[in-house]
Amino acid sequence: MLRPGMPSRPVYKGLVPDIHARQNIVAAEGEGARAVLELAETTPAGFFDRTILIYVPTGSAGQGLEEKLKQLNPQGLWIFPTLATAMFRLKGTLATATMGTRLYATGTEPFIASVIQEAQAVGIDQKSVIQEHRGSAKRRVQCVHCKGMTDDVTTSIVRCAHCGLNLFVRDHFSRRLGAFQGVCVDAEVPGDVPAAETIYE
Amino acid sequence: MTVSTDIPVRVTDIETVAEGVKRFRFATRDGSKLPEFSGGAHTVVTMRDGDTVRRNPYSLMSSPFDGSHYEISVLRTVDSRGGSVFMHDKVKVGSEMMISQPVNLFPIDRRGRKHLLIAGGIGITPFMSMMNQLDREEMPFELYYCNRSPARGAYIDRLSGLYGHRIHTFFDDKREALPLARLLAGQPLGTHLYVCGPSGMIDWVLASAREAGWPDENVHSERFLAPPSGKPFKVDLAKSNKSIVVGQYQSVLEAVEAAGVDAPYLCRGGACGQCETSVIACDGAIHHNDHYLTDEEKRSGKKMMICVSRIDGAGVVLDL
Repeated sequence: MLRPGMPSRPVYKGLVPDIHARQNIVAAEGEGARAVLELAETTPAGFFDRTILIYVPTGSAGQGLEEKLKQLNPQGLWIFPTLATAMFRLKGTLATATMGTRLYATGTEPFIASVIQEAQAVGIDQKSVIQEHRGSAKRRVQCVHCKGMTDDVTTSIVRCAHCGLNLFVRDHFSRRLGAFQGVCVDAEVPGDVPAAETIYE
Repeated sequence: MTVSTDIPVRVTDIETVAEGVKRFRFATRDGSKLPEFSGGAHTVVTMRDGDTVRRNPYSLMSSPFDGSHYEISVLRTVDSRGGSVFMHDKVKVGSEMMISQPVNLFPIDRRGRKHLLIAGGIGITPFMSMMNQLDREEMPFELYYCNRSPARGAYIDRLSGLYGHRIHTFFDDKREALPLARLLAGQPLGTHLYVCGPSGMIDWVLASAREAGWPDENVHSERFLAPPSGKPFKVDLAKSNKSIVVGQYQSVLEAVEAAGVDAPYLCRGGACGQCETSVIACDGAIHHNDHYLTDEEKRSGKKMMICVSRIDGAGVVLDL
């Protein structure tokens, strides 16, 4: 679960069906598949006939979730091995979509942020993307010094994957970048780095 | 609003542009430049008609980037309040008036990939400045413009000349109907819709857009309400320690101003929320005529928008 009470973090209100949409695109990652399966219990008949599912199993692979999604008989089900391949397909799908299309995103926070970035590129307001957080509380962190992104961060302090600085992961989420801000923790006394705690599991 | 930022202007040109529609041009009295604005903005015009002071909002329709003058268009409506009749019958070239700084409650969402503008009648005015800006910034747009007849449609030739195939007109007397459902179904993702016109038309477009699966974030509308008339009632102003009577054709805001009390306002048409006022006590029912407060807030009876809402009853105590 995500800790509440951080003003900069978007509020993930949970998946609810938009009954008026002519076309639904649901992007899910990992445990997000379970949110889609729960959504299916509330959707009106015919909902999945106009729904394309884009799914990246990641850490939830091997649990049979792909098969359960297939049993929803969606209009399309595309399963991808990586975030990058899924986002490439999402980009292509959005490029030819028309108004009346509703976009859903569910999974970890960095995954939702990636979906939002594709949505914004085609003029979708992030408030109109229906979102639900599922799975790990891991963070994508941007090093404020070299601007490099470090993914899958679960600790309070992390070494920047690009420039190697020791970064303190701040509770400061950039909606534009879809990432938390990481600031050098040992600038005063280089090497004086507090022990990293695993707090974003 | 204790410091007035109103701009003293002179009317420099008046032209009849369609049946019942006049265009007014304002320039500053001292020749200084007017502030630039953004497409969709309006100004509040103060009309001094003997002892009566009216303030009506009008969309700015001149180029947002030309500070030498502002233009508004006024449809003559024979209603009880008489603002538009005053503009048509009493205001002449050379008349000196006060106008407010431009305010925009109907801006272009610049993140949009395409902009669909739907106008009914005099609802064309905010789109005049919007199209100027959209064209200048090379953003794709289309205008769908509905009128009762060609004679009633202002600026049709001018717009067709400027924007060509991007302008689509529909006339009731030719039995031409706006193909709204088809229009809503075929737009690229990231299209924004803007509607301005009669209330019934706005309601129809908003409901149709929702029905067609458009997210609320992509749909924008503007309607200025004239303050409705009604039975007079008493208003006690708790902070100013004054007791006033709101007349049949007056709004609470106008009565408050006539009593010399400054109350905040921007649109004077129930849209912006600036004049939200706390109700301390109320002997009667509040008629909420605005479309700013949520239904829940309206039910609570604790707030009212004094520019358009009234009391049906003896009186009300306001936190003013």
